[in-house]
Amino acid sequence: MMTDTRTPAAGSPLRSSLPPGDPRARSITRGKPHHGERVVKVALRLSAWLSIVITLGIAISLLVPALEFFAEVPVTEFLFGTRWAPTFADATFGVLPLVTATAWTTLIALAVAVPFGLGAAIYLAEYARPRVRKIIKPVLEVLAGIPTVVFGFFAINFVTPNVLQSLLGLNVSTFSVLAAGMVMGVMIIPTIASLSEDAMTAVPQAMRQGSAALAANRMQTSLRVVFPAALSGIIAAIVLGISRAIGETMIVAIAAGSRAQMVTDPTMEGSTMTGFIARAALGDSRVGSLEYNTLFAVGLLLFVLTMIVNMISVQIVRRFRQEY
Amino acid sequence: MTTHPHAAAISVPSPARSATPLSTRPEIRTHTEVPDVPDPVIECEDLSVYYGDFKAVTDVSLAFGHNEITALIGPSGCGKSTLLRCLNRMNDLVDSARVEGSVRYWGQDMYAPDADAIEVRRRIGMVYQKPNPFPKSIYDNIAYGPRVTGMKVDSMDDHVEQALRDAALWDEVKDKLKQNAYGLSGGQQQRLCIARTIAVSPDVILMDEPCSALDPVATLRIEELMLQLRADYTIVIVTHNMQQAARVADRTAFFTAGVNEITGDRTGVLVEYDKTSRIFGNPANSRTEDYISGRFG
Ligand SMILES: Nc1ncnc2c1ncn2[C@@H]1O[C@H](COP(=O)(O)OP(=O)(O)O)[C@@H](O)[C@H]1O
Ligand SMILES: [Mg+2]
Repeated sequence: MMTDTRTPAAGSPLRSSLPPGDPRARSITRGKPHHGERVVKVALRLSAWLSIVITLGIAISLLVPALEFFAEVPVTEFLFGTRWAPTFADATFGVLPLVTATAWTTLIALAVAVPFGLGAAIYLAEYARPRVRKIIKPVLEVLAGIPTVVFGFFAINFVTPNVLQSLLGLNVSTFSVLAAGMVMGVMIIPTIASLSEDAMTAVPQAMRQGSAALAANRMQTSLRVVFPAALSGIIAAIVLGISRAIGETMIVAIAAGSRAQMVTDPTMEGSTMTGFIARAALGDSRVGSLEYNTLFAVGLLLFVLTMIVNMISVQIVRRFRQEY
Repeated sequence: MTTHPHAAAISVPSPARSATPLSTRPEIRTHTEVPDVPDPVIECEDLSVYYGDFKAVTDVSLAFGHNEITALIGPSGCGKSTLLRCLNRMNDLVDSARVEGSVRYWGQDMYAPDADAIEVRRRIGMVYQKPNPFPKSIYDNIAYGPRVTGMKVDSMDDHVEQALRDAALWDEVKDKLKQNAYGLSGGQQQRLCIARTIAVSPDVILMDEPCSALDPVATLRIEELMLQLRADYTIVIVTHNMQQAARVADRTAFFTAGVNEITGDRTGVLVEYDKTSRIFGNPANSRTEDYISGRFG
């Protein structure tokens, strides 16, 4: 047959390795099995499963002591009680004081971080010249790398006396959810700025050109075209900021105070959920005691809240995803 | 059925049977009615464009006639898009771009210190090679320009409808104005981009290879649309497709790239500018002749 004697085309990888006319030159049957590939695949699969296993492990290790806790304290008392005094003789376990403190610090942090973070993102993505961006981005990343304990002391040693008391003339004591929340906001600015900037930079240049060609100015292009096109990424960035704010421990442990009270005013001192856990975990509560199990009940609530925030964010991101 | 069985199979859907009535455009275009000298809306004089130190286009002097379609043709990289972007100051968006010489719009220098690029673009719109609708609804795509420019319109709904009608798109989208523009076909998206441009009531529409991402049927529809729009707008179109230039343009400018012997830079130069009938029928320059007869480029 003619085709058998035809040599493979020049440049064919088979040409040099096999003599012309060798039937193997056209073989498409499976060659030696690739063991290496299988090993890599198993390793990759394992690492994917590992994260699920770890998450489940954490949930279970929280759940067991938490369930013991709820055997003694009714869930309704825990969720709706307004007095948190687990170590008192007449112990009460109403978690709302902790929740209000967490809510305040989180909201204050967002009030600081969202405008500044998005402002920085819009500036970096839409206005800054490449050289300026090259300077500002690393600075933002340094801000993200500052240990939170430093932020905590910054709150009580600088923000409270200089900003809140002197500059704004507020009547706050050393510890307040306001100071803690503000500093926490500064801490999450880089998260929001950097992720939002990535989302905005990912919007194709063609969108900006289309907008400019319709006589839009740069601000209109940024706010009406680029920002909405990047919205899903921006929302994801804000939600990550919220998660970090809810879970942030060191700043609130240092700067928010330790008095567990219903926080109705941001100048008040308060104990957040994380702050309570950090302090109580340092104590010497006996394993299995009610005091010990209290930690896990609060931890479980924290876990559930963070999960709810993330689930909502997944929905929102899906809803606002824009294809271009 | 008496028709030949193959008749249906070989019939291509004709753009003439589209929503827009054929009667609004001339059957056969002759270029005889084109005046010898263009009545200039935009005039370039000794225009050179640089990207950093690289000179992309040199010494172009060219006038674009009122209510005419002018085609810019020439091989890739000879600076057609660069020149086109100078005509509505879109090159301002490129940091390294710099313009020398003058571009005048109805006699006013576009690059004068007191000229506003936003005002320039309000009067001179642009349609790109790849359709680039915003990821918004069809309606919002059209309404965007009037909104950002603060145009006074009696009814935005009517205004949107009119722009879509003018772009021969209304019948296809009137039931889905609230749907995302990305649900449209490529040709529809490009007509949407034209409608969006029309909606700010410009004077001039610049089109940079508006059909190169489209199939032949969609291309014919856009060409037909251009011929309709010519009654109200001045159009400048960059095209790779010489048949397209021959079909739609009143005048044609042929560019090529000259190589600088020292730096090796390829800089675009205007070779010949004339009525389309002359360029394609009896060009004065042998390089034009070579290009249009396919011997080069
Ligand atoms: N934004 C830019 N920055 C630097 N060089 C550019 C830019 N745009 C185009 N050029 C260069 O200018 C020359 C002309 O390009 P262009 O105007 O796109 O040509 P054409 O549209 O005729 O194909 C090319 O050499 C191209 O590499
Ligand atoms: Mg081009």
